[in-house]
This record gives sequence, C-alpha cells and structure tokens, in this order.
Amino acid sequence: MTTPVVQARGIVKRYGHVTAIDHSDFELRAGEVLAVIGDNGAGKSSIVKAICGATTPDEGEILIEGKPVRFNSPIEAREMGIEIVYQNLALSPALSIADNMFTGREIRKEGWQGKYLRMLDKPAMEKFARDKLTELGLMTVQSIKQPVETLSGGQRQGVAVARAAAFATKFIIMDEPTAALGVKESRKVLELIQDVRARGIPIILISHNMPHVFEVADRIHIHRLGKRLCTIDPKDYTMSDAVAFMTGAKEPPAEDAA
Amino acid sequence: MSESATPTQKGQDFEQVLDQSDAKVAAFEVKHHTVLQRIQHVLHNNPTLVPVIVLVLSLFAFGLIAGGKFFSPFNLSLIMQQVSIIGMLAAAQSLIIITAGIDLSVAAIMVLMSVIMGNLGVNLGLPTPIAIAVGLIGGAAAGMMNGLLITKIKLPPFITTLGTWSIFFALNLWLSGAQSIRSQDIDEKAPLLKFFGNAVSFGGARITFGVVLMVAIFGVLWYMLNKTAWGRHVYAIGDDKDAAEMSGIRTDRTLVTVYMLAGLVCAIAGWASVGRVGSISPQSFYEGNLQSITAVVIGGISLFGGRGSIMGALFGALIVGVFQSGLRLAGVDVLWQVFAIGWLIIIAVAIDQWIRRVSA
Ligand SMILES: Nc1ncnc2c1ncn2[C@@H]1O[C@H](COP(=O)(O)OP(=O)(O)O)[C@@H](O)[C@H]1O
Ligand SMILES: [Mg+2]
Repeated sequence: MTTPVVQARGIVKRYGHVTAIDHSDFELRAGEVLAVIGDNGAGKSSIVKAICGATTPDEGEILIEGKPVRFNSPIEAREMGIEIVYQNLALSPALSIADNMFTGREIRKEGWQGKYLRMLDKPAMEKFARDKLTELGLMTVQSIKQPVETLSGGQRQGVAVARAAAFATKFIIMDEPTAALGVKESRKVLELIQDVRARGIPIILISHNMPHVFEVADRIHIHRLGKRLCTIDPKDYTMSDAVAFMTGAKEPPAEDAA
Repeated sequence: MSESATPTQKGQDFEQVLDQSDAKVAAFEVKHHTVLQRIQHVLHNNPTLVPVIVLVLSLFAFGLIAGGKFFSPFNLSLIMQQVSIIGMLAAAQSLIIITAGIDLSVAAIMVLMSVIMGNLGVNLGLPTPIAIAVGLIGGAAAGMMNGLLITKIKLPPFITTLGTWSIFFALNLWLSGAQSIRSQDIDEKAPLLKFFGNAVSFGGARITFGVVLMVAIFGVLWYMLNKTAWGRHVYAIGDDKDAAEMSGIRTDRTLVTVYMLAGLVCAIAGWASVGRVGSISPQSFYEGNLQSITAVVIGGISLFGGRGSIMGALFGALIVGVFQSGLRLAGVDVLWQVFAIGWLIIIAVAIDQWIRRVSA
C-alpha cells in the first residue's frame, strides 16, 4: 500500500477543561474523498484544524506523505499545498473574485515594475482566475472583477472551492461546504468535489448530510467523543448504520473496517 | 434518519428532477434592475463618483452665486493651499479608515512632529535635514505605537488614538513650553523647514510646493492601495479581518505598517505646515483630527472599512474648501459654513449606507 497522504497518531487537543480531541488517529489516503461525520461537538472541526495548522495539537504526531510536520499557522500548511475551505468561506466581500482567489499569494509584474514598484500583474491574475472558474464550470460571462458580495451563496462557495482547487497540490479540507446551501447549489458543490478528486487531489469532507456523504465519499471516518471511532466503506453500510455508530446506538465494527 | 436507499447510488431520487431544471446554477448572470438600483450599482462600483459630482456641482453653484471672483485663478489656487494640510491628514486618515479603524491622533502627531523639527532645527540649531529626519522617523514611531497598541494589546482604535491624542498633545506642550517659534527665527536658522511654502506663480494662480506635495502623497498612496498586494490586503482587512487572516494575510503586521505609514504622512504634513502657516505653534490645527475625518467621510470612504477610494478624501477636502471659500465670497456668515459642512457629512454617510445595501 502507498504511503497515506495524512497520517496522524494519538492527537490530543485541550481547550481549557474541554478535551476536544482525545488521542485520536486520522488517515487520508491518496486520491480519495474521506468524509468525516460525527455529532455536534464531537471534535471534527478541531481535528482538521490541528491537521492544517490552524491550531497546534498538545500531543501526538502528524505525518504528511510520511514526513513528520509541525505547522505553526495555516500559512505554513498552505505553502505545502494544503488548502482549507472554512465553513464561513473566508472571502473578502468587497474585493473582486480575482483578488479573492489570490489573497496572500498575489502575482507581481515581471521586471522593474514588479521588483521596485511591487506592481501587481492584474491581467495575469484575472486570466488565471477566469481559467480556473471555467475549468470548474463556474464561468459564463466575463465578470471576474465583480465583487464577491454580489454573488449568491452557491457562487461564493464556488469561488472558495475554486481557490482551494487551484492551489492545492496535496489535499483540500472542506468544513461543512453544503450546510448553508440550497438543493441545486449543494449539487454543484458535490460535482466540484468529484471534479477535484478526478484530478487526483484527495479531499477531507466534513458534513452532516448523510445523502451527500454517501454519494461522494470513498471512506467515512466516524468521530465520536473526541476520537476516531471507526472508518467504514459506504458500500458496506447504510446511512442508518452510520448514524447509529456516530450516536452510539450500535456497536461499531473493528476500527479499520475500510 | 432512516434512509433505506442503496448507499452506492449516485445522487438522490428526489434530486433527479434537477436535470430538467435551469442548469445555470452558478452562472454569473446579469440581472435587470430599476433605474435606482442601477444607479446604486454604479455608485457601488465607483465610490468616488458622488464626491466628484458634488465637487463639480458646488463649483458651478458658487461660480453663479459668488461671481467671477470665485473662479479667478487666484481664488482657486488659494482654495488648494487652504486644503493642502488637512488634505494630507485626510490621506493618512483614509488609510486607517479603510482598515475599519479611526485615528483621532493624526493632527496631534503632525503638530508634535513640527514642534520637534522646530526645536531641533531652530532652538537647538541642529542641521535642518537632521531635524526633519528625526521628525519624520518620530511620526512613523508614533504611528507604530498606535498600531502596536491596537494589534498586540487588542485595544479598539477609537480608544487607543483618543488616548495617544492626549499623550501627543501633552508632549507637544511640554516640548514647546506652549511657545510658538516665530517666523523670522525659522527664516534665519532653518529656512528649509519652510520649503513647502515656496510657490510657482502663473496667470494669477499661485501653486505652493505644499499643494504639489499633497497631490503627490495622494498619488503614491493610491498606487500602493490599488496596484500592490499590500494595498489589497489593507482593503481585505477592512472588509473582514477574520476572513483576511484565514486566507493567509498576516493582518496584525499589515495593520502596524498602515498606522506607521499614516504617522509618517502626518509628520510630512507637519513639515509642510511650517511653510503654510509660517510659524510653528503648538496650539495650531486643534480641529485637524475631526476635519480629516470630515474630508474622508464626504469623500465616500466607508467608516465601516474596506470600501472607497483614497482619491475620494482629496475630493472631500476640496469640497470643504470650495464651500468655505464660496460661502465667504458670497458674504455668508461663518456659522452657515459650519452648518453646511455638517449637512454634507450627514448626507455623505446616508449615501454610503444606501450604497452598501446594494442587492445581489
Ligand atoms: N476554540 C475553542 N475554545 C474552547 N473550546 C473549543 C474550541 N473549539 C472547540 N471547542 C470545544 O471542543 C469540542 C469539539 O468542538 P468541534 O471540534 O468544533 O466539534 P465539531 O466540529 O465536531 O462540532 C466542543 O466541545 C467545543 O465546544
Ligand atoms: Mg464543526
């Protein structure tokens, strides 16, 4: 078996008296969509935040492609090609789509204008953004300079996913990407997830929506009381099984059922 | 949940009908709007348009009311001179307000640095370039102090700069001994301090170097805000600081640079003010803080941050200058000038609120 993309062992994260992650393991394999499900407060967000450097775990080790890492900020994880789509998207409403796609990694003009005047290469950034959105089927008219606040919820989600997809080389984390969306918009995001997987980029998908999870996931990581309870293959279990495991209504299978 | 659906099935039965529905889910469609909504959209995309229109209209109005005196090259260039110092402060203030902050200490930094330049250059007789350099560095340091208090100790900008305003003002009174430095003494010992009072004249117009400096400051800051990554980050921070942080901007570091740059611009204004006023007075520009905020607000820069062009503040300062000059030439009492500026502020903020409510 090839080395997993992410392998975490014995992760512990405490917030004051609350132990949000209690000696949990985590594994993401090459090319897969791994869904993470669990009750509210189970620690799903906490564990992905520890993996992407948004928080530093108190104990445990994280290996990325077999190499131990210790991120101090999400910027460091990003430099390695790890992208996260936060539940609240982290977009700047008044800035344009192109500006938002490049926040924190803008392209400067070649030559003296870029070097001494630090001038941005707006045409290059706009072209890149337009190409990426077209690739993901999000682009119909030339409106890349449009402020993000004039877009609908689904379109904004599209921009956030496109940004992650455009820059991720290792993997993408999505925290509840369809929670705030309507039926049609959710469908579009699920298609985007499948597109990204088809390009060979693995995805960690946190979701409460069982139909969505069972539709796109290759494996399901069930999180309960701060740790990984088990991982299952969605082909072997029903949605009611998964819900029963995550709420403790039913005994889980051996930890590595998938 | 009690689904009995086969887990492997692609898509859900109840969603199959979606195939027949409008497929343009995330298309960036162009909608049709009423005339008012279209105006709202245009203004939303061009926030400087309102102050430009107001400026042009007020020029015409006062031209009609006050007659030829108003439109004389001399009077128009005088208006420029009168707004030059407040204009520079407004440029510094714009930087801060775009980050959703406010700086009540801009004028205090300016006066304090002009006093420091005068003390060193005139009273202590140091070489003037050194006196100026110390003043400019002092301005950046004063701004840095504001920036560090706001980002590291996490104090609100309003309270922080309310405090530093008093601190800088007290330092200024202490260093100056509440005494002005006379114009003749400056001419004698440190004429370079009055450099920006020099002027070129043509056809009745008198353009001081201070006016040229103000326009240059706006030009440079406009470039930095619009053409560099730093500028985009400044807007992103004002728009939504948490989102900016999450998308990889080192927001605190950027904010400190914004306050430092604003402090430096205030110190430059302090140098230029010596040329404009002639003497160095610790009691001058006491209302400069509020006047700079007035220019920024009338210029269409949103007090909520992230919106508006710095050029708006230039037009805002000019509008105030045009109103004051026009009303004076028309023989209107000063109190009505103040009255009119008050209404301008309220109308400008109301328009900003309306523009911000733009529908998707
Ligand atoms: N920053 C924080 N400070 C204090 N407690 C936190 C913080 N983040 C999460 N927690 C706590 O950790 C537990 C797990 O939270 P979280 O990871 O957000 O769960 P989930 O995403 O599964 O709903 C919860 O009890 C939550 O209250
Ligand atoms: Mg969560």
